[in-house]
Amino acid sequence: MLGKVTLMDFLSMGREVPGHKPWPRFQLDLPGWRAFEDRLAAADWVLMAEWAEPNEVHALFRDDENETLAVVSHSCVNQRFVGLAKRRPAAIRLERAIHDLYGLAPQGLADQRAWLDHGRWAVKHPLGSPRAYDGGPYPYAFRTAEGEGLHQIPVGPVHAGIIEPGHFRFHAQGETVVRLEERLGYVHKGVEGLMQGKPIADAARIVGRVSGDSTVAYALAFARAVEAALGIEAPPRAVWLRALMAEMERVANHLGDIGAICNDAAFAIMLSHLSVLRERVLSANAACFGHRLLMDRVVPGGVAVDLGEGCRNDLHKVLHTLRKDFRRAMVLYEETPSLLDRTTGTGIVTAALAHRFGAGGYVGRASSRAYDSRKFPGYAPYDDLDFDIPVRAEGDVHSRILIRAEEVTQSLNLIDQILARLPAGPIAVPLPLRAGEGVAVAESFRGEVVMWLRLSEAGKVVRCHPHDPSWFQWPLLEAAIEGNIVADFPIINKSFNCSYSGHDL
Amino acid sequence: MIPPIAHLFARHLIKGAYTEAAPEPSAEGLAELADEFAAEARGRLGRSLAIREVDAGSCNACELELHAVNNPVHDLERFGIKFVASPRHADVLLVTGPVTHNMAEALRRTWDATPAPKWVVALGDCGRDGGCFAGSYAVVGGVSAVLPVDLHIPGCPPAPRDILAGLLALLRHVGG
Repeated sequence: MLGKVTLMDFLSMGREVPGHKPWPRFQLDLPGWRAFEDRLAAADWVLMAEWAEPNEVHALFRDDENETLAVVSHSCVNQRFVGLAKRRPAAIRLERAIHDLYGLAPQGLADQRAWLDHGRWAVKHPLGSPRAYDGGPYPYAFRTAEGEGLHQIPVGPVHAGIIEPGHFRFHAQGETVVRLEERLGYVHKGVEGLMQGKPIADAARIVGRVSGDSTVAYALAFARAVEAALGIEAPPRAVWLRALMAEMERVANHLGDIGAICNDAAFAIMLSHLSVLRERVLSANAACFGHRLLMDRVVPGGVAVDLGEGCRNDLHKVLHTLRKDFRRAMVLYEETPSLLDRTTGTGIVTAALAHRFGAGGYVGRASSRAYDSRKFPGYAPYDDLDFDIPVRAEGDVHSRILIRAEEVTQSLNLIDQILARLPAGPIAVPLPLRAGEGVAVAESFRGEVVMWLRLSEAGKVVRCHPHDPSWFQWPLLEAAIEGNIVADFPIINKSFNCSYSGHDL
Repeated sequence: MIPPIAHLFARHLIKGAYTEAAPEPSAEGLAELADEFAAEARGRLGRSLAIREVDAGSCNACELELHAVNNPVHDLERFGIKFVASPRHADVLLVTGPVTHNMAEALRRTWDATPAPKWVVALGDCGRDGGCFAGSYAVVGGVSAVLPVDLHIPGCPPAPRDILAGLLALLRHVGG
């Protein structure tokens, strides 16, 4: 094919599945899927998520040039499919996970090691055609680095701090890291399996606990996907309250993380100062919405609690002083050379890698990748609000901190606008009983959360796949640490702050 | 020029500490601990506890609130309770999450590495019985499915004051 082919042009050769909202879903047969995989070499369509069902693989793609999104599906023949990982390396771990959970074998995938399945479950392929397993844990062959004076440092799954479990295998020469390889999957809880067949409300509770720090973003993506599938819309007040909660969550996480990054450079006062500010946000959440982390506050159809008029004024006051105190803390950061010395030039992610892996959030935006799902594909009420997406090019720890700091400021501005213009009216609509398929994207503090689901006429979840932004960020951490010293790993890792739980599902 | 850190310190001096008053030890916690009273261990640790936190499958919300317990507002360390980096330095294992099959062995090994006398605290609703993750092929269950649990601190996630109240109950129990 010559010339530019758009994603929609290309997919129109497949069969469009009726009732998939808001973006279309196309089924491709074997030649079609092969041609699609081939086309990915030339096209710059962005992979946003890849998941499976017992005999089908799906992937959500975005065509930036034409501002379109579409789900591509392919029914597997003999439990096999042509993998996309050769064209989109971000898919490597996703396809390893698909094989573990569904038993669908990705063809052409160089890395055949199990990923989420450590050989510790009583079943193999639990979501495909399960079969009993009691052969004990699998060995895991870490990639090696060879040369004089190289040594290995195994770390985890239980780490030294209060953090989630994962294993890091370092190959180091003296102090310098030559290679890092991650092994994850320790907190795999079987979320997709648990959601199958659950009523929407029960599934919403689980989805709010996929990654606790992003509970609002997950609940929002799930609610929007359900509403898309059912063809309903949440009332305006609910839409604005959701955005308010999402921005409160973003501010709280950035505050805590900026402090924690500085703490990993032994500059504890930033953590103390910023965790006091974070505490103010969480206390305000508890006072206004009844939960510090806002769990179960965004629900399909709307929101679970309304914001009282008194709370609205209190929130205004809290955020006003917060803005001043935050600025003061950032001046401290920017004027402490010994701290900047640790963060500047440390843990660099090149723009090329960020684009290649489609990394979102501050990891992408600190490395020239100007993408935010609140802008595109965009969702209400952000199309009606004024905010900027900060972007930097250096890709080091310092720029990730500055991106986050700027996002705090932007979010505080957004909250001001939301509080000033919050529409009146009901906060939820009832859900009709209807079958359908829906997909949604919501911007968490970490990047875009993708949610795909299929509902039955009985109001149950047939299938649901939550996709965490960390999938596309974890691999970059391995690249960012290369050539840095071992002692800088905590600060680099914290500047990413990928979710273990969201990734492991 | 006055360095920005001096501004911060001056402000703290003038305005005083952020720390809130301590909660009472949790009554439910004391009741649960009394049932599992270990007389020989009582008083051996004085009024100090070293805690090793283990995430055995949590969604990371419990971890966020554990961080909050350490912040200047809740300031856990004023009670002589602190989090340590190794189970070999710990008196208490504080375990979060439904225990996943992929973490069960790591959790057991962490317990084996903790010197006696030792206590286990299960934090959060998942730690009690697996919470909304119970019944999955990938989940063993609550913490007590793998380790003997002395104290449960419920909540999803428990608020920092609830965590403080629970740990203060444990401290009273252990310290005699």
